[in-house]
Amino acid sequence: MSKATERATQVFKEQIDAPTAAFFSSCVSCGMCADACLFYTETGDPKYTPINKLAPLRKVWFQEYTLTGKLLKLAGISKPLTDQDLTDWEELVYDSCTMCGRCSMVCPVGNDIAYMIRKMREGFAASGHAPESLVGATRRAVEIGSPMGVKLPALQAQIRHLEEDTGLSIPMDVKGVEYLCMLSSMEIMNFPEYIGAIAKIFKHAGVSWTLSSEAFEATNSGIQIGVSEIAAELVQRIVDAAEKLKVNTVISPECGHAYTALRWEGPNLVGKRFDFEVKHILEVLDELRAAGKIKTKDKMSERLTYHDPCQIARRGGVLEQPRKLIREFSDNFVEMPDAGAMNWCCGAGGGVSSNERADEIRIKVFQRKKDQIDAVNPDALVSACSNCRIHIEDGLEEYHMELPVLSLTETLAEHLDDSVET
Amino acid sequence: MTATEWLLWARGPAFEIATVILVMGIIVRLIEILMLGRKENLAAPKGSATTGGLRTIVSRSVPDSGTFQRSTFTIVAGYIFHIGLFVVIFLLAPHILVFSKLTGLSWPALPTTIVDAFAVITILALIAVLINRLNNKVKRYLSGPMDYIVWALTTLPLITGYMAFHRIGFSGPMLIALHIMSVELLMIAIPFTKLSHAFTLFLARFYNGAVTGIKGVQS
Repeated sequence: MSKATERATQVFKEQIDAPTAAFFSSCVSCGMCADACLFYTETGDPKYTPINKLAPLRKVWFQEYTLTGKLLKLAGISKPLTDQDLTDWEELVYDSCTMCGRCSMVCPVGNDIAYMIRKMREGFAASGHAPESLVGATRRAVEIGSPMGVKLPALQAQIRHLEEDTGLSIPMDVKGVEYLCMLSSMEIMNFPEYIGAIAKIFKHAGVSWTLSSEAFEATNSGIQIGVSEIAAELVQRIVDAAEKLKVNTVISPECGHAYTALRWEGPNLVGKRFDFEVKHILEVLDELRAAGKIKTKDKMSERLTYHDPCQIARRGGVLEQPRKLIREFSDNFVEMPDAGAMNWCCGAGGGVSSNERADEIRIKVFQRKKDQIDAVNPDALVSACSNCRIHIEDGLEEYHMELPVLSLTETLAEHLDDSVET
Repeated sequence: MTATEWLLWARGPAFEIATVILVMGIIVRLIEILMLGRKENLAAPKGSATTGGLRTIVSRSVPDSGTFQRSTFTIVAGYIFHIGLFVVIFLLAPHILVFSKLTGLSWPALPTTIVDAFAVITILALIAVLINRLNNKVKRYLSGPMDYIVWALTTLPLITGYMAFHRIGFSGPMLIALHIMSVELLMIAIPFTKLSHAFTLFLARFYNGAVTGIKGVQS
């Protein structure tokens, strides 16, 4: 066994817990997870069956943690993990799984397959079997502070532009405010309007907020590539900033995995409960709406639909809020089939969009999203994740579809009633 | 050995051995799982893990409509043979006698002709499931020798039971002996194969529902 495979085996052993063992013990090879996964439904290739993507982890579980497996391994019947296994499975665990967790909702015996993919990536990354572009993004996140290499001056420049354009002020490093707003690099570089929208809405609602110059990046390459030490370091930066600024709530931006990283994995990664709350921007906006602090001036009549980002909806529990918010600015909202907790992934989450090697397959499996959109034929699609947004725009272009893809927060801001300050 | 001797052996020592292996095997299996433990979740919960876990144990038996449309055969055939197995195993009068001898508990039986009909339907469903496993590219891809062995071990007691009930092929005692021995093979296999899902599924569904329950999602 090579050093790399030994390392992978060791990390797998550390990652396997009671849920993992219960899941593998229960699999009956029914194949229903394949029907739940867009990488299978759109390619028809059985190797993309979600449970098959876990074969290396399953092998180590069987040989190390079951009586039968131990005996078969001793007898030489069950062969140990090989370098070839890791090489062959790298594409399956990184390029063709977005950890969207749809399979985890469908498995009749209750296996949380996405939970195990997250664990399996730890072993792949530790043994040097992670995709190069994801390694690069992770390195930039650690060294520069952003997977896209965005530095503070770039954010400051965007803020200056926004302040000039909108006349609103965008606070930085203000202590004792209610909210610390996190951003994703994609928002800073591609969708700075998001920052302007936040400034406008929070002014309208009369709440105090700030950005932090020391921690503005919410995305977390560590949880995508599967290196918990790095993920913890990235979360710690945010924890430090939140504690330093003494805010009550940290707001996760329009990004899927950032929410998972900070809200659900964060305290577990850094090993302590947070002294502040973590909320997704949609949760904050919906609270403000419920408190009567958001008033819109008009409603769009265009047919709108909403794409649930997996990590925000199915894996995050933010399901009702976007619907309630959209109804504030739309009177023509339609749901796509399977919307909500069973929504189909755009095909680019979980590090797939940062992984150049997966460019071809992510566009191919976009067909699933296209079919879902075609079923309701909307005039515009609203979402709340910049990664979903960029990929959906890519996909629409590839499939020659004309459809505006809107940010929920930005669209809400556009329809605010400026004449009132609540 | 004569047919009667076979029968005595099958109902006596063999059944005792099979029962011990089944019970001990399942206990070992569950301990193997539980001993691995899981880390405490430090994230502030949106909902209850326990409630979520318990809910998923029940709710996962009912697929959502989209899943039902995509996996119709697997779900319908699966339901038929699982219900069939339940009826045949637990609601046939002679089986209830065996259980009450073991546990002291007893419950009403279904008329044997009805159980016989369930047995036939179950055998047909299992044959359909096998044909599907051989023809469906995902299932064929996922299947190893054990998947087919387990299928045979599950189907055999139904066939031997049907033969015994209708006295096909052998003498009465021999047919009963064969039926009991085929059940014993199945009992021995349960803890060491995917058949253990009959027990571990409750844990798996619980863990799944607990994770989503904390996040305020019903899975």
